Amino acid sequence: MTELPKTQADPHLRWIGRNAPRVEDDVLLRGGATFLDDIAMPEALEATFVRAPVAHGLIRGMRLEAARALPGVNAVLAFADLRAVLTTDRIPLALPAGGLRFDVDPPCLAIGEVCYVGEPVVLIVANSRRIAEDAAALVELDIEPLPAVVDPVAGLEPGSPKARLDTPDNLVARTKVDYGDIAAAFEGPAHLVRETFRLNKGGGHPMEPRGVLARYDALEDRLTIWDSTQMPHRAKAMLVASLGLSEHQVRVVTPDVGGGFGTKAVFHPEELAIPAAAMLLQRPIKWVEDRFESFTASIGERDQVWTVEAAFETDGRLRGIRGHLRYDHGAATPYGIALPFNAATNLIGPYVLPAYRMDIDLCLTNKTPAAPTRGAGRPQGTFVMERLLDRAAAGLNIARDEIRRRNMIVPAQMPYTIPVKQRDGSMMVYDSGDYPQCQSKALDVAGWQDFPERQAKARAEGHYIGLGLANYVEATGRGPFESVGISIGPSGKVVVSSGATAQGQGVKTMLAQVVADVLGLEPASIHVVVGDTSATASGLGAYASRQAVTAGNAAFAAATMLVDKARKAAAELLEAAEADVEIHNGMLQVKGVPGHGRSLQQIARALAGTPGFALPGNLPPGLSAASDFMTSGLSYTNGCHLAEVEVDPETGGVKLNRYVVVHDCGRMINPMMVEGQILGGVVHGIGMTLFEWMRYDAEGQPLTVTFADYLLPTSDVVPRVEIYHLESPTPLNPLGVKGAAESGTIGAPSAIVSGIEDALRHLNVRIDTLPLTPPQLRRLVRAGART
Amino acid sequence: MFDAHDITLTVNGKPVRASVDARMNLADFLRKDLKLTGTHVGCEHGVCGACTVLVDGASVRSCLMLAVQADGRSIETIEGVAGAGELHPIQAALARHHGLQCGYCTPGVIMTLRELDHDRAGGTLSEDDIRAALSGNLCRCTGYQGMVDAALELFGPAAAP
Repeated sequence: MTELPKTQADPHLRWIGRNAPRVEDDVLLRGGATFLDDIAMPEALEATFVRAPVAHGLIRGMRLEAARALPGVNAVLAFADLRAVLTTDRIPLALPAGGLRFDVDPPCLAIGEVCYVGEPVVLIVANSRRIAEDAAALVELDIEPLPAVVDPVAGLEPGSPKARLDTPDNLVARTKVDYGDIAAAFEGPAHLVRETFRLNKGGGHPMEPRGVLARYDALEDRLTIWDSTQMPHRAKAMLVASLGLSEHQVRVVTPDVGGGFGTKAVFHPEELAIPAAAMLLQRPIKWVEDRFESFTASIGERDQVWTVEAAFETDGRLRGIRGHLRYDHGAATPYGIALPFNAATNLIGPYVLPAYRMDIDLCLTNKTPAAPTRGAGRPQGTFVMERLLDRAAAGLNIARDEIRRRNMIVPAQMPYTIPVKQRDGSMMVYDSGDYPQCQSKALDVAGWQDFPERQAKARAEGHYIGLGLANYVEATGRGPFESVGISIGPSGKVVVSSGATAQGQGVKTMLAQVVADVLGLEPASIHVVVGDTSATASGLGAYASRQAVTAGNAAFAAATMLVDKARKAAAELLEAAEADVEIHNGMLQVKGVPGHGRSLQQIARALAGTPGFALPGNLPPGLSAASDFMTSGLSYTNGCHLAEVEVDPETGGVKLNRYVVVHDCGRMINPMMVEGQILGGVVHGIGMTLFEWMRYDAEGQPLTVTFADYLLPTSDVVPRVEIYHLESPTPLNPLGVKGAAESGTIGAPSAIVSGIEDALRHLNVRIDTLPLTPPQLRRLVRAGART
Repeated sequence: MFDAHDITLTVNGKPVRASVDARMNLADFLRKDLKLTGTHVGCEHGVCGACTVLVDGASVRSCLMLAVQADGRSIETIEGVAGAGELHPIQAALARHHGLQCGYCTPGVIMTLRELDHDRAGGTLSEDDIRAALSGNLCRCTGYQGMVDAALELFGPAAAP
C-alpha cells in the first residue's frame, strides 16, 4: 500500500484511513435492527397485489366482488379507485435524456393494458397478508393476450409487434457516442476484429425485498412513508407530485435497509399505490414484496446485444472502435437511459481510444422495466473492450498484458479528457490514477510471468488452468450534490444528518469517522441520521458509488465550519485569541494551557441563548453547521483483476482457484469497508458471469423466479479474493476520495472469461455470451475439439 | 379460515403457549406472534437461509416449518444467542472480520455457525468445511469472505483449543 497521501484534512488524522469498527454492527448482530417488516404498528393493514399473469394484453374486465366480500378484506382497489387521490395517471419518473424519443412513465396500477408479467393491476388491503392473499386468489382478470416483444433485436425490426399500444414503436431511445475520425480509423492497413456479444445481467437481489408502510395522519394532514428505498428525497418528490401535497405534508423515512444494489434506487409503482391507498382509506397500510414479486416486479438489468468492430495498428495500438448496441429496456423508462450510455462510455476504460462511434438503440420489451443494478452497465462495456483486446492480442501474437500496456493512458496524461459529453453536460475527464502500475502490480501478485510454466505442468497432469486479466475504470461520486448537517445542542450530543442513505455500506460509520476526526471525538459517540427527509431538507441518496465522495466531503466541510464557530465562541468565553484556541478530544482549549477550555457541550449551551442576554461574540445562535458538497466532476476509480480458473472440459464447470484485485479509489476512509465493497462487487460480477441468468420464454413468461432457479453465488463456489490498493487521491475533493461500491463488479466478467479462454486456448474457444453456463461451455469445448 | 391449534414449546429457554393457525409458518409465528423480528424472511422458498433457526439444536428454515410442528420442541433464535449481554464470540468475530454489511442475512448465518460449532465437537475445521456449511446462507453484500474468516478464527487450525 502506498503512503497515505496528504490532503487538506487536518494532518493528525486519528480515524480517516483506519479500520474503525462499524457503528452499525452491534444491533444487526443481535437481531435487534428494524427493517421495514419489523416496524411495530399493530393498527396497520396489510396489502398484496394482483399482478399481470401475461406479458402483454388488454384488460377486458375484472371480477372483484368475491374478493371484496371476503371477511377481513378492507378494500380491493383498481386504478380507477386510486385515481381519486392522484394528480396524474402516470408517475412522473422521467429523467431528462436527450436520446429519449418518448417517455414511458408507468402508472401505479395498470390502466387498460398490461405490459409485463408482474405489473400490478389490483391492490388488496386486508387485516392480514394472509387474508389479502386469499382474496387475491378470488380476483378474476379477463385479459385479452397481445403478442409480446421479448428480444431487443427482433423488437426493433420493421413489422415487430409493439410492446405497448400507447407508443409509436418500440424504439424508445436512440443515442450515440461519437468522437474522432472513425472512418479514417478503418481506412488503410489495419488489423480488424469483428464480434457480436450478447450480454445478460440480472437483478440487484438484495436479501431484503422491497417494502412500503404508509400512514396518513388526518389530524396533522400529513403522510409518513417508511420505504426501503435508496433515494428517499426522490421518493418524496414523486409522492408530492403524484398526490398533490406540499412538501411539509410528506415525510419519507428509510428504516434499516437490507441491501439495495440499484433495485431500491428506482421509484416503483407500489411506492405510490400504498401511500395513495393509505390516504384513500385513512388507515396505515404495509406491503412487503415477496421473492416472486422481486423477480417479476423489481427493476433489473436485461440483455445487451453488441455488434462491434475494432481497428488496430499492427503493433497493437487501437485506432478506433465502432458498432451498434441494442438494449432491452423492458416495458417502461423508470430511470432514463443512463444504463446503456454507461455501458458504451465505460467501454473506453483506461485506454487511449482515438476514434469511437457507438450507436445505441433502446428497445421496449414486455419485461419488467430495466434500470441500473450494481455496476450499471459498466461490466458489459468493459467486457466488450477487454474481449476485443484479447482477440487482437491473439491475432497479432502480442501478449495480453503487453497489448494493454501499449494502449494505456499513462499518469503524465492526467487529467485525461475524452470528448464525450456526459449527462451533466461536462466532458468525460479522468482525474487521476496510475493504470500501468495497477496492472503491473496485479500481474506480479498473481504470478503472471511464471504462469505459462505452471499451466503447461498442469496440462500435463490433465488440468486445464488459465489466467485472465482485465482493467477498468469507474466514474464515481456522481453529483450534483449531497447534504450534511451537524448540530450539537445543549445535551452535548453530536448529531449528523445527511441526505445520504444506508443499505449496508457502512455510511454511518464513514460519516462518523470523518466528523470524529475533525471534532476530535470517537466515532461511536456520534449519532448519524440518514434516510429521513425530515432530518435533511435536501438530499439525493445512494447511486453511482457516490456517498463517500459527496456526503463524506460535505461532512468534512460541515464539521470544519462547526469547529470554526466553536473556536470563535470559545475564544470569547476564554478571553483568548481565536488563533490560540485548539480542539482536542472535543474540548476547545487554549494552546499550551491544558485544562483551560470549554467542552463542545458548554459552547453549545452558551450558543443556545439565554433570554435577554447576548450570545458569545454576537455569533449567530446554535452550534451547528451544514454543507452541500457540490461535485465539480466525476472521480474515476480504477482497478485490475486477475482470475485464475480451472475448467473441466467434460462438465463445462469452472472453478475459480485464485482472484487478485488491485484497486485504486484514492484516499480510503475505512479500508475494511472499502474491501467489503470490493468483495461484494467481485462476487456479484462472478454471479453475472457464471450463475445469474434472468430467463424468459418466447411469450415473455419469466422462468427464473426463485433462488433455486436464479442462482446467486454461494460461499462454496466463490474464491478468496486478494485485494491490494493503490491510493491516487483525486484532486476533485478535499478528502481525495473516490467511490468503491460498484467497482468490483466491473472487472470480474472480463477477467474470468479471459481466464477461461486462456485455459482452453488449444481449442480456440471464443466466448461472446454472458452468463456462461456449464452446458454452453461444454458446447464450445466440443465445437473447438472438432475444428 | 382460522384453524386454531394449541402448541407448547420453548423459545430461547422460555416456555411459550400459543394458539396458532394451522397454516402459519414458524418464521411468521416467531416474528408476528412472539415479536422476535430478528429472524428475517428472505425468500419463503427455503433457499436463502435468512430465516434459519435452531430446532432442538438443528438448523431449520423457519419458512418451511409450520408453527404447529414446533409443538413440544425447543427453538433458539438470534435473540437467544447473546440477549442484551456481551456479544457471543461468533457475533464478535463477525464484526471483527467485517462478516456483515446490511445485516439482513446475518441472524441466519449466526444460527448456522452455532450449529457448526456444536457439531464440530471441539474439532478443527478447514476453510472448505466452513464454506460448505455456509453454502446454504445467501449473502449479497460480503462475498462471504468475512464470515468465513470469522469462523476460521474460531474453529480453524489457528483457533485456541
